[in-house]
Amino acid sequence: MSQPPLIELEGITKTFGEGAAAFQALKGVDLKIQRGDFVAVMGPSGSGKSTTMNILGCLDVPTSGKFRFRGVEVQALSRDQRSLLRRRYLGFVFQGFNLLARTTALENVELPLLYRGESKKLRREAAEHALDQVGLLPWAEHTPAELSGGQQQRVAIARALVTEPDVLLADEPTGNLDTERSVEIMQLLNRLNADGITVLMVTHEEEMAEFAKTIVHFRDGLVERIERGHKSGAPLEEHA
Amino acid sequence: MFGMIGATMLLALREIRRHLLRSFLTTLGIIIGVAAVITMVTLGRGLTADVQEDIAGLGSDVFIVFPSRTDPNVAPPPFDEEDVRAVEMQIPGVEAVAGAVETNAIAFHNGQDWQTGVQGASRAFFAAQSIEVVEGREFSDREEARGESVCILGPKIVEEIFVEDRVLGEEMRIGNVSCQVIGVIDERSSSIGPGNDANDIVIMPLKTVQRRFIGNNNIQYFVVKYDPAYEAGAMQNQLIDLLRERRVIQDGEDNNFNIVDTAEINDTVNQVTGVMTLVVTVIAGISLLVGGIGIMNIMLVSVTERTREIGIRLAIGALAREVRLQFLTEAVVLCCFGGLIGIGLAFGLSVLLAGAIDLPFIFDPVVNVMSFVFSAIMGIIFGYYPAHRASKLDPIDALRHE
Repeated sequence: MSQPPLIELEGITKTFGEGAAAFQALKGVDLKIQRGDFVAVMGPSGSGKSTTMNILGCLDVPTSGKFRFRGVEVQALSRDQRSLLRRRYLGFVFQGFNLLARTTALENVELPLLYRGESKKLRREAAEHALDQVGLLPWAEHTPAELSGGQQQRVAIARALVTEPDVLLADEPTGNLDTERSVEIMQLLNRLNADGITVLMVTHEEEMAEFAKTIVHFRDGLVERIERGHKSGAPLEEHA
Repeated sequence: MFGMIGATMLLALREIRRHLLRSFLTTLGIIIGVAAVITMVTLGRGLTADVQEDIAGLGSDVFIVFPSRTDPNVAPPPFDEEDVRAVEMQIPGVEAVAGAVETNAIAFHNGQDWQTGVQGASRAFFAAQSIEVVEGREFSDREEARGESVCILGPKIVEEIFVEDRVLGEEMRIGNVSCQVIGVIDERSSSIGPGNDANDIVIMPLKTVQRRFIGNNNIQYFVVKYDPAYEAGAMQNQLIDLLRERRVIQDGEDNNFNIVDTAEINDTVNQVTGVMTLVVTVIAGISLLVGGIGIMNIMLVSVTERTREIGIRLAIGALAREVRLQFLTEAVVLCCFGGLIGIGLAFGLSVLLAGAIDLPFIFDPVVNVMSFVFSAIMGIIFGYYPAHRASKLDPIDALRHE
């Protein structure tokens, strides 16, 4: 535990709007996340968990405070520099899957590699490998419309994985799925975490948070409490 | 850099494939614009070439002089052999003057008959009018001087009444005159005679036609071939002065003759063609502008509709300039496809229309390439603003967009 944390938030505030209409979503968040952790972020709506995730995902910058990612001060970076950071180190999974319609699973998974300018051969190999990891290689040529919700989310996870990111950010990844599919997705995330990927997940379902090693509870724009060493990703057998 | 452009092209092509119908409708303005422009220019070229060929049929560096009425009730005095000789002798720069007469008759041969034009002319006439005898020979001096019954045929008559191969040396009857065929002229596109088919003609020595068909020594019109080194305007003025004197026209009276200068006609046609090209270019500009605005309109709708997709692309690390390049590439590729389809359509339309209105089809590579390049430029101009808007979207808002 002597190495510096992968992610470090220090006195992060975020204010939306100005003057009388201003709304302070984050009021001074401090948080350290170590490499290899599986963090579930919980809290009622309006507690600031989504805003925090957007900042952690380098999609947004804090109004004040410091956000260090791999030792780099992200709040000082330009828009394009943050894009490059996302491209290189981050993978995103959304509640609504957000796959490109009328585009095959393989092409969806290839997309991040296109922006990296990888060769056609390498793109295809990496995309097939990622689809294989989520168990969807046989569905590579299907479009989202031909896949179930659970399958679509697995394609989305494959898309996040294909660049071999350090961190996987998942925003309510099971929000649109039934319990059985949700458990499958969580088991998948658990496995990826075991392979070394740091997972950050927003959820409001206790059951899903149970899969994480660390649970961070938000309330009123502040971190309310942190449960560490939580089950250490043990419930694999329990739910299976 | 190439990798990025290649990837962007691939994304653009995939996007077009995903929305095939919409892509087609988007680019329809460009397709129609390009097709219309190229078709118009191609037909214009055909028309010009056709007219120029007609003018060339009149001979180049040639004045054609014929009597004209000053009073609708009085026939103007005809020309005669003396007038022709005077012009030839007295105006410097004149190379040859050829008097001519025209009439109609029925041609008979081997039981076939055919109504045709009969032209009385000299060898100078052949030279001035660039008429070529492709089979046989022209008239001899003796035949011209004595007004012998020899004839040279246009290809149309040969086709109509000579069923067998042999033409030269055959005896045939024109009206009441029997004559011997000594030559056949080339296929031609025009004639001086009003409305006549230049190929449907029998040419005989001037004297023969004057004496045996018309019955007087009048000359209906004459053709003046001049040296192009001389100034045509000045020569024309000298010609007018000479003819006014010979025809005893008082000062203040109008000329009772008319001079057509083929060089002048050529200039006029070129001028008209120039104006036509300008008009077509302006119409082209407007129609492509409308097409371009159509592209911009649909691209803006497309950016709004694909806000979420743009959010996804930005979230997974696309740079603003990559998103901009992608949408710009889409617009340009669409316009290029539109241009290509337009060129294909124009080719088909031009061939069909040229055939239908009997004009030559003249493929102009410059217009085709220019239209294509212009459509691509339209794509850049009208694709830029929507692409710029797409690149400026905030990824979080874009991802939330429903």
